[in-house]
Amino acid sequence: MNNKSIQPPKWANRLLEWYCKPSLLEDLQGDLYEYFERDLKEKGKRRARINYTVNVLKFFKPYTIKKLEILDQLTQFIMFKNYFKTSLRSIARNKLFSAINVFGLAVSMSVCLLMISIYTEISDYDRFHQDVNNLYRINNFQQYMESEPNRFASTSLYLGKRMKEDVPGIGAITLLRRNAGGDATVGENTFPISAIYADEGFFDVLTFSLIRGNKSTALLEPNSIVITDETAEKLFKGLDPLDQVLKLGKEDFKVTGVVEKPPFNSHMKFQALVSMATHEKRMNEEYEDSNWLNFSSMWMYYIYFRPEQGAAISDIQARLDIICDEENEKMEHTTITTTIQPITNIMTGPSNISNQIGSSMGREVLLILAGLSFIVILSAAFNYTNLSIARSLRRSKEVGIRKVVGAKKGQVFNQFIVEACIISIGSLIISYFLFFLLKPLFLTVNPNIQEIVKLETNASQLVYFLLFALIVGLVAGFLPAMFLSKLKAITVLKTDSNTKLFSRITLRKSLLVVQFTLSLMFIIAASIANKQFKYAMNYDLGFTTENVLNVQLEGNDAADIEAIFKRIPEVQEISRTSHVLSVGSTYGTQMFSEDKLDSGTVYYSSIDHKYIPMMEHRLLAGSNFPEKSAVEKEESIILNETALKKYNLGTPDEAIGKIVEFDDQDLMIIGVVEDFNNQTILSKIEPFAFRHNLSDTYVLSLKLSSNDIIVTRDKIKAEWDAFDSVHEFNGSFYKDNIERAYQEFSTLTTIIGFLAFLTICIASLGLLGMGVYTAETRLKEISIRKVLGATEGSLVKLLSKSFMLLLLLAAAIALPITYFLFDAVILVNQAYRAPIGVLELSVGVVIIFAIGFVTIGSQTWKAAKANPAQTLRSE
Amino acid sequence: MKGTNLGEFEELVLLTIAALMEEAYSVSICDEIEKVSGREVKLSVVHAVLNRLEKKGFVNSHLGEPTSERGGRRKRFFTVTHAGKVALTKIKEQRDQLWSVIPEFKLNFI
Repeated sequence: MNNKSIQPPKWANRLLEWYCKPSLLEDLQGDLYEYFERDLKEKGKRRARINYTVNVLKFFKPYTIKKLEILDQLTQFIMFKNYFKTSLRSIARNKLFSAINVFGLAVSMSVCLLMISIYTEISDYDRFHQDVNNLYRINNFQQYMESEPNRFASTSLYLGKRMKEDVPGIGAITLLRRNAGGDATVGENTFPISAIYADEGFFDVLTFSLIRGNKSTALLEPNSIVITDETAEKLFKGLDPLDQVLKLGKEDFKVTGVVEKPPFNSHMKFQALVSMATHEKRMNEEYEDSNWLNFSSMWMYYIYFRPEQGAAISDIQARLDIICDEENEKMEHTTITTTIQPITNIMTGPSNISNQIGSSMGREVLLILAGLSFIVILSAAFNYTNLSIARSLRRSKEVGIRKVVGAKKGQVFNQFIVEACIISIGSLIISYFLFFLLKPLFLTVNPNIQEIVKLETNASQLVYFLLFALIVGLVAGFLPAMFLSKLKAITVLKTDSNTKLFSRITLRKSLLVVQFTLSLMFIIAASIANKQFKYAMNYDLGFTTENVLNVQLEGNDAADIEAIFKRIPEVQEISRTSHVLSVGSTYGTQMFSEDKLDSGTVYYSSIDHKYIPMMEHRLLAGSNFPEKSAVEKEESIILNETALKKYNLGTPDEAIGKIVEFDDQDLMIIGVVEDFNNQTILSKIEPFAFRHNLSDTYVLSLKLSSNDIIVTRDKIKAEWDAFDSVHEFNGSFYKDNIERAYQEFSTLTTIIGFLAFLTICIASLGLLGMGVYTAETRLKEISIRKVLGATEGSLVKLLSKSFMLLLLLAAAIALPITYFLFDAVILVNQAYRAPIGVLELSVGVVIIFAIGFVTIGSQTWKAAKANPAQTLRSE
Repeated sequence: MKGTNLGEFEELVLLTIAALMEEAYSVSICDEIEKVSGREVKLSVVHAVLNRLEKKGFVNSHLGEPTSERGGRRKRFFTVTHAGKVALTKIKEQRDQLWSVIPEFKLNFI
């Protein structure tokens, strides 16, 4: 008897029900059941279930299968015309609501279009290489003691050589080194060019097409150079460049090839390729030791390779790990490991890779941009959902009639989805124009952006845009369509007033709260980012930056330039330095403590004797460097307080006179300078030294005294141009250097501020729509209240109260989340930061409440002012 | 041409339906054929044949009353139509005519 409870497999039944004609289904299924029960008795449960399934499959025959419901589909198709018409009419009838929807969607979609075009462009990077999915680069991880390992795009030449010899499965490999550029001279023509060193494998691995010259020999010999067609045109002006001689820096090079200029979407850009043999020759001549060939010399070299057909990347990685292990054995404090990075991953991969050979966007940036635009579009989609559901009262009769006439649930659903899609595609057209307005704005937010993306539109992007619009339509229309298609004809048509039935208050309210929470978070984020930027800009660095102009020497002799600048009366003082401090770039070297037991990285800047007094660095003990000529040996050093602490050199006074081993030479401490932020305020103050090494200075710092420093800068520029016609004048005020260093903050402020503006606009539009709707539906109620003696003020209060409560709730959610997000996640790695104050938090709340009050208040006020006689007369 | 000829198996099924009278539905037809001919019959084959016969107009079908058996699904009962009867008789006549001309001794050698 318990056989009754055993059933045939459910999925087989479902399959049968799916494919079988409804006219045949019932008795066929019955027959199968009968056999099933028979089998159950005779052959057992397992066998019976298997037989059932087999039978279901066997019955899949032409005569049992449902006919494709062509007729049905045809009706659907014909109905589309009707849906289209009704939708357009309904859009036209509710002008305000349609306008709010279309405008909100269009604005937010334009942001998303921007995002889509960025994404398509970024993911198109490096795709021009042949067989690009089989192209890799070696990344290094360097870990000092137990600290966090840092990831670098660069690796060591040593590893490259080992890979060539010891690692099986490498199809083609090329070793590169950056910074091969310099001034290229042909006859009278001199141009600065950027170049990289590359060895003979370059053209086997990477697909840069060589126009002239031999692929395999062009980069073989020392002092060979391959130039791009653009550079060739500039330097040789139409002459055949092949086998010509050009001077790069101080050496002569033979042009052995002409390569096509790297396309815009190549992460690696160069104007010339210099043979790696040149570099090796030069290093051998210049250095007696071969430190540059060490495993730990991993800052300048790159390895790109293509594995052999069939070779597994994991095998190559395993082999590399073994080499690394061998080498790490020999080193004391540092551990270097490698990883293999696909070349297609360079632009879209992790953004924390240092020493990039070219530009990189980074996954995080893409994700953040995508996330932000998603929030904006979500907000607009919520508007649509909210308003459509609110308005569904008006459409319910239509749905009722449709259902009575014979529409199925799915058809009603389709109708409302079509309507949403019409709105979203209409918005797409508008947003496409907005997109063109937005594009130049975005490209100029940060100068780096233009180097990475061009944002050109192409056909495939248009397809993505259209798809995107359809998805937005589907998502925005889903809930209203769901809701309306579920309505029962009988309830809708019978009852006269069913406001309660349709209000869906909780859903709408929660959507509003989400919208305003997001808007609030945006505003607060923008104001916090702005505050951080201001804070960084006005941070007391520990020295003065007022009226200081930093001029890059561009390879010129410092004394020459100093001489010509001295002629300008507004230039008060001139000093030399290796690089501009406190803007992020650092030089570092190894320093040993007095007892030689302790060593570590000390950051430094090479300066002349005028620098410290000019920049008003405060000396705590000792004295400034004495004046000396550029050829004299380095003898003394000035350290900061942190360095004293780290190396246990005692108090500033005690430290004076002590000898430390710094960069392989013994230097005497002659001064101690007060701690200042030598990097940026994002990082902690590290041990730092001023060196007295004049051959290492590349920047002139000019102290100006004039009423109009901009004019003075132009004067200085004119002098420069007269002296050096090859290099652009590269001088900027210290303030501007600092501003550039914290550009991420200002970029963040601009982008988030803009998005905050958009989301607030969209959310307020939604709120306005809801206000209008509430006022409309409660007009009679208001009139009656008024007749009974309610004041206008009390009516406004009555109507706005629930909305204000929602805003309050949004604020209660947004404030702690944003605070936590910034305090514990985003700013947590920043060493010195402005505290998040009440002001930044409350500014958003005030804005939101002001906007909410104006939008809701104006509508309710209008309703409250209405003459009750007018509204109550007609019934 | 469809509708005029009866295949061998079709004829068998049609005859079985006629024989089973009121009780002819797919499963009972299968069982009956198995019993009479001793050969194994697949439901899917019989089902297809029934469908074809109905299309040719040799049988009619109607759904019976629901019972607690078969998961509550109704049976589809078949009855032979006039056209079906005509076709059956016609075949029988043809066969009989052929039988009658065969000399008796020839059969003995088979």
